[in-house]
Amino acid sequence: MLEINNLKATIGTTEILRGLSLSVKAGEVHAIMGPNGSGKSTLAQVIAGHADYEVTDGTVTYKGSNLLELEPEERAREGIFLSFQYPVEIAGVNNAYLLKASMNAKRKHQGLEEIDAFEFLKLAKEKMALLGMDPKFLNRGVNEGFSGGEKKRNEILQMAMLEPSLAILDETDSGLDIDALRAVAEGVNSLRTPERAIILVTHYQRLLDYIEPDFVHVLSEGRIVRSGDKSLALQLEEKGYDWVREAATG
Amino acid sequence: MSTDPDNIDSIVNRRYEHGFVTDIATDTMPPGLDENVVRAISARKKEPEFLLEWRLRAYRQWREMQEPDWAHVHYPPIDFEAISYYAAPKSDDERPKSLEEVDPKLLETYDKLGIPLHERARLAGVAVDAVFDSVSVATTFKERLSEAGVIFCPFSEAVTNHPELVQKYLGSVVPQRDNFYAALNSAVFSEGSFVYIPKGVRCPMELSTYFRINAANTGQFERTLIIADEGSHVSYLEGCTAPMRDENQLHAAVVELVALKDAEIKYSTVQNWYPGDENGVGGIYNFVTKRGDCRGANSKISWTQVETGSAITWKYPSCLLRGDNSVGEFYSVAVANNYQQADTGTKMIHIGRNTSSTIVSKGISAGNAQNAYRGLVRVMPQADGARNHTQCDSLLIGKNCGAHTFPYMEIKNPGARVEHEATTSKISADQLFYCRQRGISEEDAVNMIVNGFCKEVFKELPMEFAVEAQALLNVSLEGAVG
Repeated sequence: MLEINNLKATIGTTEILRGLSLSVKAGEVHAIMGPNGSGKSTLAQVIAGHADYEVTDGTVTYKGSNLLELEPEERAREGIFLSFQYPVEIAGVNNAYLLKASMNAKRKHQGLEEIDAFEFLKLAKEKMALLGMDPKFLNRGVNEGFSGGEKKRNEILQMAMLEPSLAILDETDSGLDIDALRAVAEGVNSLRTPERAIILVTHYQRLLDYIEPDFVHVLSEGRIVRSGDKSLALQLEEKGYDWVREAATG
Repeated sequence: MSTDPDNIDSIVNRRYEHGFVTDIATDTMPPGLDENVVRAISARKKEPEFLLEWRLRAYRQWREMQEPDWAHVHYPPIDFEAISYYAAPKSDDERPKSLEEVDPKLLETYDKLGIPLHERARLAGVAVDAVFDSVSVATTFKERLSEAGVIFCPFSEAVTNHPELVQKYLGSVVPQRDNFYAALNSAVFSEGSFVYIPKGVRCPMELSTYFRINAANTGQFERTLIIADEGSHVSYLEGCTAPMRDENQLHAAVVELVALKDAEIKYSTVQNWYPGDENGVGGIYNFVTKRGDCRGANSKISWTQVETGSAITWKYPSCLLRGDNSVGEFYSVAVANNYQQADTGTKMIHIGRNTSSTIVSKGISAGNAQNAYRGLVRVMPQADGARNHTQCDSLLIGKNCGAHTFPYMEIKNPGARVEHEATTSKISADQLFYCRQRGISEEDAVNMIVNGFCKEVFKELPMEFAVEAQALLNVSLEGAVG
């Protein structure tokens, strides 16, 4: 589904990704771990197409085509979803309205009719119940006055509604209490299907207790320095990131 | 704006290129203003003596007044001697014969705004009779209105047919010497609308509907007078979402509303005059005086405006709350893009007891535009129990525009309750990226955010216009980001 080869990216004059390669297939869950500043969030932003980052080398192929040629909205319509680390507030724009506009943009791209208002509401309520969200959230401004946990649940709600092919969850666990974490993880787990790939970007192993990855990659200084199965995450937890860093340089 | 700037510009400025005396010399007065011009206008319209005297008084006062300079707008000095103060409407021969002769860019804009086909011709200035016949529809409306006893006619017709009403109410809300532009308008106004709703009558239709079908070309110095007699009710819509072509750069209209006991007037405006091109060249100067007088107890006047056009807007629809328990409302969306300048707001003057007013102002600035809210809430000593709530929000799009808020409060009654809330927000790159990551294009994202910002005002508009106003905003802000 996603093939990243020797990817280099800069922000301003600083090179953040320095030759990163990663292969993700449908049905797989990959965890990207690493210390602060290792480039985890940059990777997520580059895949989503954020304009602040410049790709200077390497290739990214998504569903067989060159992803880097697409605008952010085209990537989204092609099934890439990014759950933001810090979801923005958009005052005055109704949460349901954004969600519906988003679904319809994708449906239009797929040559489908706009979603029926009744059907939309039914689906949204169903997904919200699953995430333990109050249906009132639909009528509030997008993330307006939401707590950290509410914002993250809202991201997962959007993901559940949009049914992406490739979901990237950027630090979804940060700032969540244990109940919220559990609800979010359940939401994500319910979206694990053989057709869908998920990339979890996380600093801590904690999230992986709830969402079990197929692969764990450790990022350091813009490169993947170690890959393994979920036991690698546990090793990291025990030995700390210095262990990988030493391994990488030593 | 997606209309072709060069083309409209040339239309707007045509008079300046060719001088003011056009080939229909008999119908256009030479530039310049003196008492003879005022007399000639009055004579041309066969006005009664009282009106001529009224105009002359206004003219003499205007001569002694100074052009105001306190507004947060900048423009080169206006040469009032270079303006022609009377021109008869264009004859059908001079106008395009069909839509095929109209600038395709203009038609494209109508399309984006969803303007009904049959209205496009009128808006583009096509000789109406050559295209479609709206007479039958207009006649039906006219019959319904006259059955209800409603008078709705061009101002000059009211002068002829109802001089007693005109004499009684004209200038009773906006006196001749109220301000420089009101005085000028009082001296030389040539056309406008007159509405009288008799006692206890609820106007059977929105006057907008009729207006849109029957509207004559609005003039440079327009005069509108609306009187709602006791217990009556009327909703009036002025303007149009479609970009209007006009040859006059300076517009100085006066609107007076009078609401007697238990009467209610709802006045909605959608203003989309040519704003100048993206470099700020051309465009209409819109210096308007609008005021409503809640003269009787329990009366209500509500102003709703969506202002997207004009190079410069200088406009403060106001309410004099004289009757006890009277209510004044002001809901405004003002958009300024490119080099547009807007200085707009309201005045709420609380005089009667238990009067209340609400102000909701939404200013949107984009490009290099400057947008100012200027509002006055005055509570007189006798206005026991007065209440005001003001909410004033600004939205900035891009880095080079500005929003300014000038709230004035003069509270002379200690029991008054006055609240003011203000916010400034910005459409951020993060918000746009977030929306794009959800598959929504940048332009749609801006529209979504802007419409969300304005929805409190849009819901006050008559429904059909709320939809059009939303489309209008989208077109006005096209290319504002990115």
